[in-house]
Amino acid sequence: MINRIVDSPEAAVADIFDGATVLIGGFGGVGVPNELIDALIAQGARDLTVVNNNAGNAELGVAALLKAGQVRKIVCSFPRQADSYVFDGLYRSGKLELELVPQGTLAERIRAAGAGIGAFFCPTGYGTPLAEGKETRIIDGRGQVLEHALHADFALVRAKLADRWGNLTYSKTARNFGPVMAAAARCTIAQVDRIVELGELDPETIVTPGIHVKRVVRVAPAADAQAS
Amino acid sequence: MSNPRWSRDQIAARIANDIPDGSYVNLGIGAPTLVGNHLPEGREIVLHSENGILGMGPAPGPGEGHPDLINAGKQPVTQLVGAAFFHHADSFAMMRGGHLDICVLGAFQVAASGDLANWSTGEPGAVPAVGGAMDLASGARRVFVMMDHRTKSGEPKIVERCTYPLTGVGCVSRIYTDLAVIDVTPEGLVARDWVEGLSFDELREATGAPLADGRA
Repeated sequence: MINRIVDSPEAAVADIFDGATVLIGGFGGVGVPNELIDALIAQGARDLTVVNNNAGNAELGVAALLKAGQVRKIVCSFPRQADSYVFDGLYRSGKLELELVPQGTLAERIRAAGAGIGAFFCPTGYGTPLAEGKETRIIDGRGQVLEHALHADFALVRAKLADRWGNLTYSKTARNFGPVMAAAARCTIAQVDRIVELGELDPETIVTPGIHVKRVVRVAPAADAQAS
Repeated sequence: MSNPRWSRDQIAARIANDIPDGSYVNLGIGAPTLVGNHLPEGREIVLHSENGILGMGPAPGPGEGHPDLINAGKQPVTQLVGAAFFHHADSFAMMRGGHLDICVLGAFQVAASGDLANWSTGEPGAVPAVGGAMDLASGARRVFVMMDHRTKSGEPKIVERCTYPLTGVGCVSRIYTDLAVIDVTPEGLVARDWVEGLSFDELREATGAPLADGRA
């Protein structure tokens, strides 16, 4: 019998190890698995490489993980926010390594990892500082940059509904990086608003099939859980 | 001498008026967002946001927003009838794959060749951030730039070669500023229209690259 359901965020993240690469879903404050991140902070794994579109807001979510000193390197497209002071301070003091990646290239590198693609040529960023040091080629008359798949040990994603097989549906723009991250990590942990009986999700509407999800944990959404 | 110029809303309205019925359009964060307020009645124009929506609507009324529904600038938005949601890799495949008809971006500098610089001033110590700018610049079929013609200190933002780090090479199709509408063509920059009260010579002086008179 397949049962991906885990009782608590703490149990779900217990085996995240020092030095792990962790994909974390979310765009701004939407679709961020905040309770899984909180559990990772309590768990204390260090020297992490974190992949997220941003670098956290105020002292919530990814910013709280950065503030706890658990992250060695962040891979993201847009760390600078009005309230990204935790990131800004760590970056300026040299305590945090940054790999800046164009947002679509970030998404596609993650997708490639899940799809078994080693690397791909991509026109984005050709001729810019973000292509420096990378192999380039002219394909179909356009300059293209070789970009490598971005594999990870763990993915923490937030979805709306799950069943015990780990099938997931999402809510509006909270879907963002969830589906590609879920497929790219060796162990994907999904935080969901609600768990339904197997068979309740319409197979036509499942966005992430359970094959990509190792653990599901229910966290009742707080009224303001996704504010900011 | 007076300093005639178009307001941000006037520029936005000009851009909106140039977007054909049936277009799929991405409006960049900041000033380009204003274009959405001026889309002409009677045209079906579908707005795309990089974080996974086609058919994005305006900001919600008080108490009407949904916590999971935001735009690229992380502001609350609405979904229109016919909207679709998709994940990030699909969203950027729409851009990179040339499926968007038009994107409107802000800029620090645009070169006569259509090179765009809009993500970094390259200052040491600045926190860098690129987001979806490079993906849009290289992927949309037409890239419109919306910006002031000069910097606050009066330097031209349209230049022979960008001095700021590039976002994309040869990607800009048209520039809308507070002074003029300028096309980037294989033969160079061509001014199509400019603000009343400004002479072509004055426009040329405010522009840091050779400019042809498209009205002549």
